[in-house]
Amino acid sequence: MKYLKPLRRVLAVLFWVAAALLFLDFTGTIHHYLGWVAKIQFLPAILALNLAVVVVLVLLTLLFGRIYCSVICPLGVTQDFVSWLSSKRKKHHYRFGYSKEIKWLRYGFLALFLVVLIAGIGSLFTLLDPYASFGRIVSQLVQPLWIKINNLLAAWAAQHESYAFYDKSVWMRSIPTLVVAIVSLVVVVVLAWRGGRTYCNTVCPVGTILGLLSRFSLLKPVINTEKCNGCGLCGKGCKSSCINTKEHQIDYSRCVVCMDCINNCRQGAITYGLRYKRAEEGGVDKSRRQMMAATAILATTAAVKAQEKRVDGGLAVIEDKQAPVRETPLVPAGARSLKHFSQHCVACQLCITACPNEVLRPSGRLENLMQPEMSYERGYCRPECTKCSDICPAGAIVKLAPGEKASTQIGHAVWVEKNCVSARNEAACNNCAVHCPAGAITMVHMNPNDETSPMRPAIDTERCIGCGACEHLCPSRPFSAIYVEGHQQHRTI
Amino acid sequence: MKEERNNVSRRDFLKIAAGATAATALAACGVKSEDAQVKDNPVHTGKKTMGEMTYRETTTTHDRVSLLGFGCMRFPTVEGESAREGDAPIDQEAVNAMIDYAMEHGVNYYDTSPAYCKGHSEEVVGKALSRHPREKYFVATKLSNFSPDTWSREESLKIYHNSFKYLQVDYIDYMLLHAIGMNGMEEYNKRYVDNGMLDFLLEERKAGRIRNLGFSYHGDVEVFDYLLSKHDEYHWDFVQIQMNYVDWTHAKEVNERNTNAEYLYAELDKRNIPVVIMEPLLGGRLATLPNHLSERLKNQRPDDSIASWAFRYLGTFPRILTVLSGMTYMEHLKDNLLTYSPLEPLSDDEMALVYDVAKNLVEYPLVPCTGCQYCMPCPYGLDIPTIFKHYNTCVQTGHMPDEVGDPEYKKLRRAYLVGYDRSVPKERQANHCIGCGRCMAHCPQGIIIPREMRRIDAYVEKLKQGK
Repeated sequence: MKYLKPLRRVLAVLFWVAAALLFLDFTGTIHHYLGWVAKIQFLPAILALNLAVVVVLVLLTLLFGRIYCSVICPLGVTQDFVSWLSSKRKKHHYRFGYSKEIKWLRYGFLALFLVVLIAGIGSLFTLLDPYASFGRIVSQLVQPLWIKINNLLAAWAAQHESYAFYDKSVWMRSIPTLVVAIVSLVVVVVLAWRGGRTYCNTVCPVGTILGLLSRFSLLKPVINTEKCNGCGLCGKGCKSSCINTKEHQIDYSRCVVCMDCINNCRQGAITYGLRYKRAEEGGVDKSRRQMMAATAILATTAAVKAQEKRVDGGLAVIEDKQAPVRETPLVPAGARSLKHFSQHCVACQLCITACPNEVLRPSGRLENLMQPEMSYERGYCRPECTKCSDICPAGAIVKLAPGEKASTQIGHAVWVEKNCVSARNEAACNNCAVHCPAGAITMVHMNPNDETSPMRPAIDTERCIGCGACEHLCPSRPFSAIYVEGHQQHRTI
Repeated sequence: MKEERNNVSRRDFLKIAAGATAATALAACGVKSEDAQVKDNPVHTGKKTMGEMTYRETTTTHDRVSLLGFGCMRFPTVEGESAREGDAPIDQEAVNAMIDYAMEHGVNYYDTSPAYCKGHSEEVVGKALSRHPREKYFVATKLSNFSPDTWSREESLKIYHNSFKYLQVDYIDYMLLHAIGMNGMEEYNKRYVDNGMLDFLLEERKAGRIRNLGFSYHGDVEVFDYLLSKHDEYHWDFVQIQMNYVDWTHAKEVNERNTNAEYLYAELDKRNIPVVIMEPLLGGRLATLPNHLSERLKNQRPDDSIASWAFRYLGTFPRILTVLSGMTYMEHLKDNLLTYSPLEPLSDDEMALVYDVAKNLVEYPLVPCTGCQYCMPCPYGLDIPTIFKHYNTCVQTGHMPDEVGDPEYKKLRRAYLVGYDRSVPKERQANHCIGCGRCMAHCPQGIIIPREMRRIDAYVEKLKQGK
C-alpha cells in the first residue's frame, strides 16, 4: 500500500509538467503532442460537451475517489507542491487537523458558479475554474520568463547560424487578466501554504461536484479501528483536513485520495480499498478555519512594457499601432458566435499562448473579462492558421477543417477616410487591396467621374472574412485607415 | 499541392524526353569520340581539345549544315564594341578574320538580315564571304520589311534584290520571312500576303534563287500556328525560333508575348521541319549567370564556359539544324567552336541541372541592390536594403525553399522565415511596402523597388502558407 503515494506523485508531476508546458510553448510543437491534457480537464470537457471525457472522469471518481484533483488537475497539484514546501518548515510536518466541512461556503460557491454559468453572465464563472486559473497564472506570469529565456537562446543561435530558436516578443496583453492571475496565485498559494487543500474543498466548484460523487466511490482510504491506536497522525498530516481521528471517520467528499495518511500511519491501520463500514456524519468538532484572506495586493509596478532599443540609423521611426474601438468584439473563426463563445470559454488563455500571430489577447470588457478577443496591431489572423481551434479544450473555438477558416466570416472591414494615405493623396497606396486574401477590396477613384482623383479602397463586405490583413498592413499609424468590426454571429461565405 | 506534383512529373518527363533525345542525337549525327580525328588546333582551353564540327542535315535539300551558325547582328565596330550597341562603323577586318577562322573550323551557316547592324550587316557579310568559294558556305537572310513604308510590293522587292547585291550572290541558301508574329496576323498579311511577296518568294524558290524558304517567329503564336497549318501548301524548308533552356518552359516569365520553346519545337519536330535557333543565350543572359548558379555548372565541368552549357543543351535536340550565335569577339567564336567540335550532348542529369538553373534564374532573380542606402529612410519605415540582402543571400547560397515535397523544404523554409524576422523587424518587412515609389528616384541601380518588394512579399507569403 505504501507505493500508492509515490505513484500518485509521479503521475501528478507528469500531468502537471505537461499542462505547464502547454501554456509555456509558443511554437505549437507541444500543443500537437500534449493538447489532450487540456481536453481531459473537467470544466472544459463539460463546456465542450465532450461526453466521453466527462463519463470517464465520473467513472474514475466513482471508482477511485477524487484522483482527478490530486493527479490531473494542475492547480491541485500546484497546491500540493506549495503545501509540501510549507510542511518542510520546522515542526510543520503534521500541521493540519480535522475541520468540519463548511457547507454553506462550498455549496454557495457551487451555486454561484452554476447560476453565473447558466445565466451566461459574462465570463465570471471562469474565475472559479481551477484549470483556467492555472492557465492564467502560467501564461501571464511564467510564460514571459520562458520567452525571455528562449530569446537568449535565440540570440545565441543567431550567432551560430542556427535556426533552432527564434525570437518572440513579450508584450502586455491585458492588465485586468494579469491582475486576476496575480490575485489567484496569491490566494491559492496563501491558502495552500496555510491549509493544504482549503481552496479545493471550499471554493473550487469542480472539487465540490466531484466530492458529491466521491462520497460513493468504490475504493477509498479506510481506517481499521482494530489496528488504530488513536495517535491522530493521519489527521494531522491530512491536507484536506478531512480525517476525523476521534471518530475514525473520513469525509470522502473532501478526500483527494493523496494516500498521505496511509504512509503516515505507523500502525498500518489505513488501507486503500473497498469500504466495509458505512461512514456516518460525525459530531461537530471545533474547526479552525482558514479565513479567506483575499489579499488584494495589486501589482501596480508590473506591466511596464519593455521598450526595446533599436539602432535607428537610416530607418524611419515607426509609431506603434493602436487598437481601434470595435463595437463588436472579434473572436476567432470557430467561435461560431459571441454567445456561443462566451458561454463555452473558460478563459484559460491556452489559445492566447498558442497564437503565433499575436492576434489574441484577453478581453478587458467586463462581460468577457479574460476571455480572448482579437486585434490586429501586431499581426493578422492568417487564413491558413488554425492553432487556436486545434487547441481549445472547451469547445469555445470549435475545430476547423482545413480551408474552412478561409470561408468563415468573423467580421468585416470598415474604411476610415481621414486616415487613408491614398485618399488624402499623400501617396499612391493599395496595400490593403494587394493583401486581402478574400479579394474583397478594390481600389476605386474617390470621384468616379474624375480619372485623376485619388484612389480609395472599396470593400465588398460580403466577401470580407475579417482576417485583418488590411488593418495590420495599413501604413496609417497609430490608427489604421481600415479596420475590422466583429460580427455577433459568424457566417460561412 | 497539385501544381507541385504536376511540376515534378513534368520535370520527370523532361528527363526522359531529354535522355531519349540525346540518344537519338548521338545516333543521328554520328558523334565521333574525342580521340577520333582530333585536329591539331590552336584553341585550347583547359583539358579539352578541338575535334571535328558536328553537322546536321536538312530534310528537303540535304544540306550538311554546321551545328554552329554564325549570327551576323553583333559584329564588332572599329571602336571594339558590338555594332548593336555602338554607332561606329563595323570593323570589316575583324569580321573577315572571324569569318575566315569560322570557315576554317567548319562553320558554314551565316545568318544576316537587311536590318542588322543598322543595315550594314549584309554588305559586311558579303565582303567577307565572297573571299571564299560559294559552295563552301550557306548564307541566310530575311525579307525584313518591318517599316510600313516597305510593305508595298515595290519596296519589298527592293529589299529582296538588295540582299543579292550586298551579299554578292546569285542565289540565297536560306530565305526567311522575318519575325512573323510581331503585331499579329494583321501585320503578317500586310507584309507578305496583300503585296504578294509570299507567292513571289515561293516562285523564287522554284526558280532556284532561293534554295530553302522558311520564317523566323517572335510574338503572337497565332501566326506561327497559322503558317504551320499551311505547311502542306508552302513546304517550309526550315523555321527559326527562339530557344534556350530558360525559354523551354519559362518563355512567358521572361517576356509576356513569347511562347514556350517546348511547344514551338514539338510543333516543328512532328512535321519534320529543321529548326534554326536564335537567342541561344537569351540575349547573353545565359553566358554569365549569378554566382550561385554558375558555381553549380562549374562544379560539374570546371573548364567549360557557362555559355557552352546553353549550346550543348540545344545541340542535344536532334531536330535542331543549327544554333545561331551572334559573335562579336574571336573568343566567343573559339569557345563556341570548342563546344560543337564535336557536340557532347547533355546527359539526363545535366539536362535536369540546366532546367533547375533556368527555374532559379526565372523564379528567384537577384535584386541588384548594392546596399548604398540612398533609398533610405523609407517614409513608411521599411528597411529596404536589408530585405534585399536577406533575399539575395538566400538565393545566392541556394537556400531557397522550393517545393513543399522537397525533403529540405521544411528546414529551408524555417531558415528563411526565422532569418527574415531576425534581420528585419516585422513592421519593416516587405509586406508593409505600399508602393508609393519615392525610393525609386534615389536608386542608382534603377531597381524598381516596389515591384521587387511585392515579389519578395509574395514569396514570403507562399512560404508562410506552405506549412
